[in-house]
Amino acid sequence: MLEVKGLTTKYGAISALRDASLSVGEGEVIGLIGPNGAGKTTLLGSIAGLLPIDSGTISFDGADITSAAPDKIVRSGLSLVPEHRRIFADMTVEENLKIGGVTISAAERGPLLIEMSELFPVLQKKWSTAAGYLSGGEAQQLAIARALMSKPKVVMMDEPSLGLAPILVDQVFDLIETLRSQGRTILVVEQNATRMLKAADRAYVLRSGEVVATGTGEELLERSDLFDTFVGG
Amino acid sequence: MTGLLQNLIDGLGRGSIYALLALGVAVVFGIMHMLNFAHGELITIPGYLTYWAFNNGWTWWTVIPLIIISAVLSSLLIERVAFSRVRGATDFTMLLTSFGVHFIVSAGFLLYVSASVKPIPRPGWFANTVSVGSLNIEVFDLVVIGVTAVVLAGTTWLLQRTMFGLSLRAAASDFDTARLMGVKSDSVIRGAFALSGFLAGIAGVFWIMREGQVTPTAGINPMLQGVLAVLIGGLGSLRGAVLGGLVLGLAEVLLRSWLPLGIQNLTTGFVFLMIALLFIFRPGGLLSVPQVERV
Repeated sequence: MLEVKGLTTKYGAISALRDASLSVGEGEVIGLIGPNGAGKTTLLGSIAGLLPIDSGTISFDGADITSAAPDKIVRSGLSLVPEHRRIFADMTVEENLKIGGVTISAAERGPLLIEMSELFPVLQKKWSTAAGYLSGGEAQQLAIARALMSKPKVVMMDEPSLGLAPILVDQVFDLIETLRSQGRTILVVEQNATRMLKAADRAYVLRSGEVVATGTGEELLERSDLFDTFVGG
Repeated sequence: MTGLLQNLIDGLGRGSIYALLALGVAVVFGIMHMLNFAHGELITIPGYLTYWAFNNGWTWWTVIPLIIISAVLSSLLIERVAFSRVRGATDFTMLLTSFGVHFIVSAGFLLYVSASVKPIPRPGWFANTVSVGSLNIEVFDLVVIGVTAVVLAGTTWLLQRTMFGLSLRAAASDFDTARLMGVKSDSVIRGAFALSGFLAGIAGVFWIMREGQVTPTAGINPMLQGVLAVLIGGLGSLRGAVLGGLVLGLAEVLLRSWLPLGIQNLTTGFVFLMIALLFIFRPGGLLSVPQVERV
């Protein structure tokens, strides 16, 4: 469904990502793990069209989306929950969700807003509150709900559990499970590697901008040579 | 008491025009992070068109839409020709670009039209007043205040209730994340310039009527008042811009009436003194926006 081939992205002279390839099939939950600075966020940013790509191709649903504008990529059905959530703090919860659905028609947006309020009861309670007043856990739920508003075929999440209390981390993984049961395709960058490997169908390990290992979660957990990756992140 | 009330209405009338100018500056600042020193050209260009139109037998009824439409188109054209090329550049580059646009436009009128003052006839009702008790209120002030209230209400509705408004606010808050949501950067930037031009156009109608003339440098004062009002209100806040405009208008009128006769000409100086004092105590302006670090 999503095919990344030989992707290289540079910041100035430094390659943040070197010849990275991955594929995501329909309905899969894919983990992307690795230490800080491995290029995980760069990979998601490149797929989402936010970062200039030096070489390589990205195709989605059979169409080439390499270097397409972010809005085209969202319209094609790929959405990103960015690192640090990046919710619009001075807009209400409802307005954040509406903006998440800026690419769909007003007729589709109404029912989807109701669906989100049911899927995220916490948000329903704060519907007209400025999003800047939400707690970390609530803000993360809003960021995910906002990404779902574009009716994506694939949801990419960048460190959804970052900075959350353990009980809220559980909530995030429960949410990933719920989304999986709805048949959604998910690509998650996660610092909590062990946990991610248990939740994912397959995973890719990144180190210094390169994909160094791939396999099912169980296979990767067995690999003692990757141990530093699991504890180091 | 009567005098104060009279001054308040006078100041609100003046401040309403500033508020419209400031809101236009603030809308563009929100999206581009650029203080647009060429904002006054959105009055100079329609000003010359107004002069031309009256020489060709137009009346105010047809000139008013001409001013508003030409302000919107000028704003879009300036964005296309100049600002679109410096998107993402440093704040300083954008600031210089806006200065450049200002100088090019005024030099253009100076060279190719005329350096002399071009008169524009004021509408017949301009000097009319209505008496309410002992108050003598200028009809012009009432019209300005009324129209501004309607325009501000409309703009509020646009920003709060339409997808364009939400996109504009989202992009002003975090441009990259707004793009990630699917907001098209070109459309939202052009939309911001169109809105800014529209607001300048409404302000321009009143400004041109009040001045009764146009010169190549006619844009400097409205630009300065708009930018000052934005700074007074708090850079980055749309409500602040409107508030700043009203405060600036009221301050001008009240100072002029309170200052002793001999130093009335120093009103502008005193206004700047008050602004300096404001910045000492509230460096961010009246409704300062906390600077959130972008990660």
